[in-house]
Amino acid sequence: MTPVCELSALRPDQGVAALLPDGSQVAVFLTSAGTVHALGNIDPFSGAAVLARGIVGDRGGVPVVVSPVYKQAFELSTGKCLDDPSTGVPVHPVVVTDGVIQVGSP
Amino acid sequence: MTRTLVVVGHGMVGHRLVEALREKDVTGQWRVVVFAEETRPAYDRVALSSYVDSWDAESLSLAPHEDDAVVLHLDDKVVHIDRDNKVVRTTKGRAQPYDALVLATGSVPFVPPVPGRDLPGCHVYRTIEDLDGIRATVESARAAGRHAGMVLGGGLLGLEAANALRGMGISPHVVELGPRLMPLQVDEGGGGLLKRLVEKLDLTVHTGTSASSIEQDGERLIAKLSNGVELDLDVVVFSAGIRPRDELARSFGLTVGERGGIVVDQACRTSDEHIYAIGECANIGGMVYGLVAPGYSMAEVVADRLLGGSAEFPGADMSTKLKLLGVDVASFGDAHAKEEGALEVVVNDAVAGTYAKVVVSDDAKTLLGGILVGDASKYTILRSLVGRPVPGDPVALIGPEGGVELSMPHDAQVCSCHAVTKQQIVDVVNSGDAVDVPGIKACTKAGTGCGSCVPMLKKLLSECGVEQSRALCEHFDHSRADLFEIVRSTGITTFSDLITRHGRGLGCDLCKPAVASILASLDNGHVLEGEQATLQDTNDRFLANMQRNGTYSVVPRIPGGEITPEKLIVIGEVARDFGLYTKITGGQRIDLFGATVDQLPEIWKRLVDAGFESGHAYGKALRTVKSCVGTTWCRYGVQDSVSLAIALELRYRGLRSPHKLKSAVSGCARECAEARGKDFGIIATENGWNLYVGGNGGFTPRHADLIASDVDTETLIKLIDRFLMFYIRTADRLQRTSTWIESLEGGLDHLRDVIVNDSLGICADLEAAMEKHVDNYADEWRGVLEDPEKLARFTSFVNAPGTPDPTISFREERGQKVPVLLGVPSVVQAEVSR
Repeated sequence: MTPVCELSALRPDQGVAALLPDGSQVAVFLTSAGTVHALGNIDPFSGAAVLARGIVGDRGGVPVVVSPVYKQAFELSTGKCLDDPSTGVPVHPVVVTDGVIQVGSP
Repeated sequence: MTRTLVVVGHGMVGHRLVEALREKDVTGQWRVVVFAEETRPAYDRVALSSYVDSWDAESLSLAPHEDDAVVLHLDDKVVHIDRDNKVVRTTKGRAQPYDALVLATGSVPFVPPVPGRDLPGCHVYRTIEDLDGIRATVESARAAGRHAGMVLGGGLLGLEAANALRGMGISPHVVELGPRLMPLQVDEGGGGLLKRLVEKLDLTVHTGTSASSIEQDGERLIAKLSNGVELDLDVVVFSAGIRPRDELARSFGLTVGERGGIVVDQACRTSDEHIYAIGECANIGGMVYGLVAPGYSMAEVVADRLLGGSAEFPGADMSTKLKLLGVDVASFGDAHAKEEGALEVVVNDAVAGTYAKVVVSDDAKTLLGGILVGDASKYTILRSLVGRPVPGDPVALIGPEGGVELSMPHDAQVCSCHAVTKQQIVDVVNSGDAVDVPGIKACTKAGTGCGSCVPMLKKLLSECGVEQSRALCEHFDHSRADLFEIVRSTGITTFSDLITRHGRGLGCDLCKPAVASILASLDNGHVLEGEQATLQDTNDRFLANMQRNGTYSVVPRIPGGEITPEKLIVIGEVARDFGLYTKITGGQRIDLFGATVDQLPEIWKRLVDAGFESGHAYGKALRTVKSCVGTTWCRYGVQDSVSLAIALELRYRGLRSPHKLKSAVSGCARECAEARGKDFGIIATENGWNLYVGGNGGFTPRHADLIASDVDTETLIKLIDRFLMFYIRTADRLQRTSTWIESLEGGLDHLRDVIVNDSLGICADLEAAMEKHVDNYADEWRGVLEDPEKLARFTSFVNAPGTPDPTISFREERGQKVPVLLGVPSVVQAEVSR
């Protein structure tokens, strides 16, 4: 588990990117319901590391982040792409300890 | 074996024949050779008066025959028909054998034998060349400070000609021999109202009289009317009817009618079985028709006959609906109650400026015809009910709202340009082939001619139960326009408040940016303030344009494209220091590519310090107002286009809208700034500015349409204020101005009513809203640089600020850096050359 930032640094529905020790990147989201999610930051459709900059919302009640490049939606809890279920992004485990967000390997 | 069809004449009807035959002739039985006397291919003569708006002949063109089986010879008139050997000969010496020959030679304007009718300054009104001639006369008169004109003929064509003259800045006299304007189409009551309405537009109408002579008096013309009036004129346009061009038929022994016209039977065949005649040159059932619709019917009949069919001329529907000089006029069926015992029911509302009459059978049970002036919205449905039972009290058909609910019979024609019935439309809708108006257009061609039936197409869609859902997305049942009104009237300032009270769920990438745009249009502070930041698409969230590798491009505002060398040097230095790829944009600005998120504030610090502001290249907002160099430098310019472009760009900078907005100002009619390709384009005239709206490039390029001419700068800015605010308030999400105007009930005319004539009484409110925008404008990038909290969002990694994103890499091309494509293995140069 890598400490990434304080929970208070996150704003609801506004992702941030974080760099892990192995050089990979995660997109960390705080939803308006108060849950924290961490997904791989690389959008599989464009190859760009930008998922943290997507709009957070829901599709049919399922919380998602939408890639800012070509607008595919990824489920926050599973990383699955709702527009192309054969694709997805890795989900990283997250714990919040003493107000600090820690992210693990997928 | 392939046979040869020769068509003489390439007007609208000849064009239609070729199109109809080629569409139906799937086995390629015919090749087609067309000889045209005119130097340009067929164009939309019905819309001739609109040529004055643009002086662009292209705008009238009909679809070219892109087809190997069709050969079109322009400027080559057929002068000889050898009927025995079936060969035609032309002025250029061609000899063309035919298996079938179609004469579509049209008509010539009738010029009454008035002494002086050939004087310079006297014109007819039929072709583009005629209008060019009228324009030349008008311009030389105007150069001498004069502008008086007369149209001889107050029928449909005469009023069209009057409209064209008005488009050139002349308020003409209209002289009509009959007792009223448009005597064929309307009755005394309708004609009276029509006269009142057009006189409000500064036309002077003289009925029951004609010109007895025209004399030259120095540079001017003096017309003496038979009622003793003398008119001092610069230009005279004859528009007193047409005469069929039947001379070729006469010379080679085909039967012609007593009053002219090549006599044809119900199959449009002349007295020679291998020769047909169609359109205005044909005399069918003793009649020569000067309207395009019967000509089209004849073209369809001949196309069918050539392929072995047995179609017959269905009779001419003389129904007419048009907007003349901004006045709706329609007449249909037995408009003059000629049938024995026919009864007339009239609603004449002098206050509202509308006149409506229906003609019913003697038992009041069957609708026979009618006339509508001032408001012709019921035309399509009433015309379809001709010959059918009247549903209820006849007066209810034309009474004020709350009358009977009318439904069209299934076999009634909805689109008279393409002869499409209600049944055909209902069929493609019910089969699922068409789910919206564009779908119906594609499947049936309905609505692709004059377009007057488009409102009816929408109505039929809803009659068929097709919900034209305008819901923004799954979270809101409202359209963007509805949401705009909700936000404006309730004063809601946050997305969460709006979705809690008027929507459901969490929102999405459709509704969040749309609401962000609405909030921004209503001046709710910085677009990255608080919750608003989470609503923005990535471009708006980082105030830059994201490129394919996740980096951003930066576009500083360069109003009107004017820039000092010092500022140009700053841009160059910034690009050099940050290693940005640099390219000139189409909007007369400079785009700097390859900036990472954390570089954006550093770049903008330098730019803002040098006096630059955000160019909003990232936003659904005003982008740029291009300009040509104008009178300051150009030898041809007539106004200072650069100053106006800068003023407009500064006025509307930062204005968030349903889609991006582009503009341009040209300093003369040469149009170097390409203003007609913009959402609002301004072209200088000698007297002021012409304003065009609804243009765009992109997938479906479209020229903007003229909405106001020769206005001064103050009026121009008011009109643009109103146009933009009305668009912002009522357009759908991502709807450009062109499609927005098309979607308005009543289209461009309605828009003109609203923003020029203030028909909704909202202009003051629209102007006030724009004034508020102008007063509250602040540069977004300066706003970020001055706020540490906003600035903190521009980091690559929350746990490693300043560390560059390792996935981003660049290579070099033509001396500048460009992104290495992601996910594509880079090829080593040596391997390529091996």
